[in-house]
Amino acid sequence: MLCQNCGKREAGTHIKRVVNGETSESHLCSECASALGYSDVFSGLGFGFKELLGGMFSESQAAQNQLAIAERCKKCGNSWHDIVRDGKVGCADCYRTFYDKLVPTLQRIHGRTHHNGKVSRIVTSEETKTPEQLKKEKIDSLKKQLDEAVSVQNFELAAKLRDEIKEIG
Amino acid sequence: MNKWYIEKGDQGDIVLSTRIRFARNLDAYAFPSKLDLAGKKAVNETVRDAVTRDNSGTFGYIEMNSLTRSQAVSLAERHLISPEFTTNRDGRALLLTQDESVSIMLCEEDHIRLQVMKSGLALNEAYDIANSIDNMIDAKLHYAFDERMGYLTQCPTNLGTAMRASVMLHLPALTALGRIPGISATVSKLGLVIRGAYGEGSSSKGSIYQLSNQITLGITEQAAIANLNAITMQIITQERAAQESLLKNPVQIDKIWRAMGILKSARLLSCDEFMELISLVRVGVAQNIFETQMEKVNELIVMMQPATVNASEGRELDPSERDSIRAAKVRETLLREKEDDEL
Ligand SMILES: [Zn+2]
Ligand SMILES: [Zn+2]
Repeated sequence: MLCQNCGKREAGTHIKRVVNGETSESHLCSECASALGYSDVFSGLGFGFKELLGGMFSESQAAQNQLAIAERCKKCGNSWHDIVRDGKVGCADCYRTFYDKLVPTLQRIHGRTHHNGKVSRIVTSEETKTPEQLKKEKIDSLKKQLDEAVSVQNFELAAKLRDEIKEIG
Repeated sequence: MNKWYIEKGDQGDIVLSTRIRFARNLDAYAFPSKLDLAGKKAVNETVRDAVTRDNSGTFGYIEMNSLTRSQAVSLAERHLISPEFTTNRDGRALLLTQDESVSIMLCEEDHIRLQVMKSGLALNEAYDIANSIDNMIDAKLHYAFDERMGYLTQCPTNLGTAMRASVMLHLPALTALGRIPGISATVSKLGLVIRGAYGEGSSSKGSIYQLSNQITLGITEQAAIANLNAITMQIITQERAAQESLLKNPVQIDKIWRAMGILKSARLLSCDEFMELISLVRVGVAQNIFETQMEKVNELIVMMQPATVNASEGRELDPSERDSIRAAKVRETLLREKEDDEL
């Protein structure tokens, strides 16, 4: 596909823009994308969260397909669009529901995406862990073992661990 | 006993106070902007009951709409609550200790905004107190927490540790030398932000600033505090050096003495003029030009703010009346201090 702005170069950047609830899409070459200021948004610290989210953002094809289904938080009823419009998250479950969509924003704001601080009591007691948490812990531990196996060049063990991870995930 | 915002603490010539603030939410309720008044009331009372059950008498519970506007704004002027907390007071409440060193805003941007204040530079001490109160609440209520993202907050900018550590700094010499914009740019690269502590937006009445951590995700509380502490110490060193070099200039010494002279004799003092002059006097006290106690200066800075003057008079004053009362109180404090010395 050719760039919709200059019509000359191959379009490599897919821009999705939400303005007042209307989604508009455009395909641009990288030169035009940066000339139109679209590249700033991705590196733009110093923006308020509302501007960050409410501005334009590009999504992978897979994420776009997901976006087509109007997914809503089961607890507070927020859609991803509501969060973008308000610049606020509705409830704790919104974070879990829209986690994948939030990660790029967290990366922009904090430069990191994973918590590394104090842990609440609710996750420190084993019996309150959800099956999902237990599964994640198991995978994390296997991944650690896999890294170690690779670093000592034990490829046989590494292959076995990789299969195991695939099976759980 | 003096309040934390008056006492002279560690590095008290430059650091007025330290604050640790944690944002927390209850898992069972939507965040405040999605709650109606009944929902907010339920959150407030749930937290109140959890906090006061084992600490009866330690915390007072104040429904914000039971206060006059001046009383509410005065709490913000003393930095016990955020200015935002005074704008719409319905459905909001405050838990406050007698000595005003611990306050818990309920249904501000998050369900719980716990803050601990200390005089001077005392980040670790303030953190330890905040941490133990947080553990006490955590044991009783179910926080909104996720292993990947940490403490969940209404705005993702606070996500993770949801901790803001800050120090309030008096930086008159660096301000006079025009060094604040440069410092601001430097600290922002280090994950910190500096802004004026009094007045709106970027203005910084009295050269008093708030320096805080900005990043909350992917960093431990201890690392964030160590980072803030290290940068604070560097700024303190710079400010002290700047004060010393400024004071080699007789014109600057004269300015400080004149400021004291005006504060001891003026009959009308606007808040802006007062802040400008008390800032100079504070340098004089820090540099031992005056024998005035730092506590007196700190107390005046807090107590002479507009809404706090109104609140202590118990009524809404018009500006000229307030300027006259302010001038009288400043005179009284600084002149009485002189007599105390002679006794
Ligand atoms: Zn193009
Ligand atoms: Zn939700």
